[in-house]
Amino acid sequence: MFWQDVTTLSLTVLEALAILVPVLLCVAYATYAERRVLAAMQSRKGPNVVGAFGLMQPFADAAKMLLKETIIPAGANRALFLAGPMLTFILAMVAWAVIPVNNHWAVADINVGILYLFAISSLGVYGIIIAGWASNSKYAFLGALRSAAQMVSYEVSMGFVIVCVLLCVGSLNLNDIVLAQKTIWFCVPLFPMFVIFFISTLAETGRAPFDLPEGESEIVAGFFVEYSSMSFGLFFLGEYANMFLMSSLTTILFLGGWLSPLPFAPFTWVPGPIWFLLKVFLCIFMFFWVRATFPRYRYDQLMRLGWKVFLPISLFWLVLTASFLFAFHLLPHKLA
Amino acid sequence: MTLLLGKYFPILVFMAIAIVLSAAFIGLSLLFAKQKPYAEKLSAYECGFEPFDDARRRFDVRFYLVAILFIIFDLEVAFLFPWAVSLWRIGAFGFFSMLGFLAVLTVGFVYEWRKGALDWE
Repeated sequence: MFWQDVTTLSLTVLEALAILVPVLLCVAYATYAERRVLAAMQSRKGPNVVGAFGLMQPFADAAKMLLKETIIPAGANRALFLAGPMLTFILAMVAWAVIPVNNHWAVADINVGILYLFAISSLGVYGIIIAGWASNSKYAFLGALRSAAQMVSYEVSMGFVIVCVLLCVGSLNLNDIVLAQKTIWFCVPLFPMFVIFFISTLAETGRAPFDLPEGESEIVAGFFVEYSSMSFGLFFLGEYANMFLMSSLTTILFLGGWLSPLPFAPFTWVPGPIWFLLKVFLCIFMFFWVRATFPRYRYDQLMRLGWKVFLPISLFWLVLTASFLFAFHLLPHKLA
Repeated sequence: MTLLLGKYFPILVFMAIAIVLSAAFIGLSLLFAKQKPYAEKLSAYECGFEPFDDARRRFDVRFYLVAILFIIFDLEVAFLFPWAVSLWRIGAFGFFSMLGFLAVLTVGFVYEWRKGALDWE
């Protein structure tokens, strides 16, 4: 019995590492890819010196970050000050437990997967609020307030969009959500929701054009202005891991997860995880593209878009979807 | 180990790995980097000024308002989750009850809008 438990435990640890190590690698190279993509879009070269094509740049950055001094401001709450970035990073990692990269390939294939993801992404606000408050700096405090208000505002419409998808699936399991898209990806029938969801993920992860929490030109860096070295690095890793998480969520909810775009050969020869990765990378590329294209929103515009545009539209579409499915007896029932 | 615990167990493992990783990152940096703090370096950043006063002060009430609105709508979403997955079995009664609930909330939403609770000038 004991040895059986030990085997289960070590297998689970290996599975977890098999997810987390690629995620961290992707995160490291996303920073490189972002700089290259932005550079290409602005007719620059981007990082190209460290290693071939600058491919060692992420490791150089990591080493630099590791070797910098950790400054904890005198007025700060030391424990909370370090807890903020740690919490952000931990939440960004923990969420990956339920992401299915292929049919039943999630490490934790729980029946309330989407609810779990929603809960974890809601908890993300705490890392920011803790960091902003513990820093005891005006910029950090303002940045944290802004960031928290922004995240909760867009979370509401994200919730409505997710419920729209759930109506079409009839299950909270992420695996079921993907399998329900075998005939057609949800980005087609729920296209407006897809757009709203993608824009909300931009706001939720604090990416351009909604990067007001950072807002270099006014509140210098927002809630992490006092952070340095690896405590800043954790925020950085957390933010990029969240970007990948949100892209995975978009892929699972709207782009058919690991399913191939066309259900026949040669598309079906390509294994599911490859399709999943390609779709996630496409979403990530969209993040970079948007950043290179659009100027930053003003705060009132941001709140207006969240509360006065997305919220009513997503609520309306939710009622519309429910009514349509109900009226034509199209509601799926997985629980039977 | 029960089945339920078994399904959720990997999440605990993920959490443990993440905690160890984040602690290791910060710990390694504290270990390897030269720490040389002094009073000026440790003071809060304020655009080159000496910090005037404590940063924990009053802030705009609208942030508080957003938080309250968020609670209302997020609770609504929390109600919608179980409703959405069980709509096929609760039938017309369940469907129209939720529509009534949403209608009441929409009235409240319109009221907030008209009152200017959603405006940021």
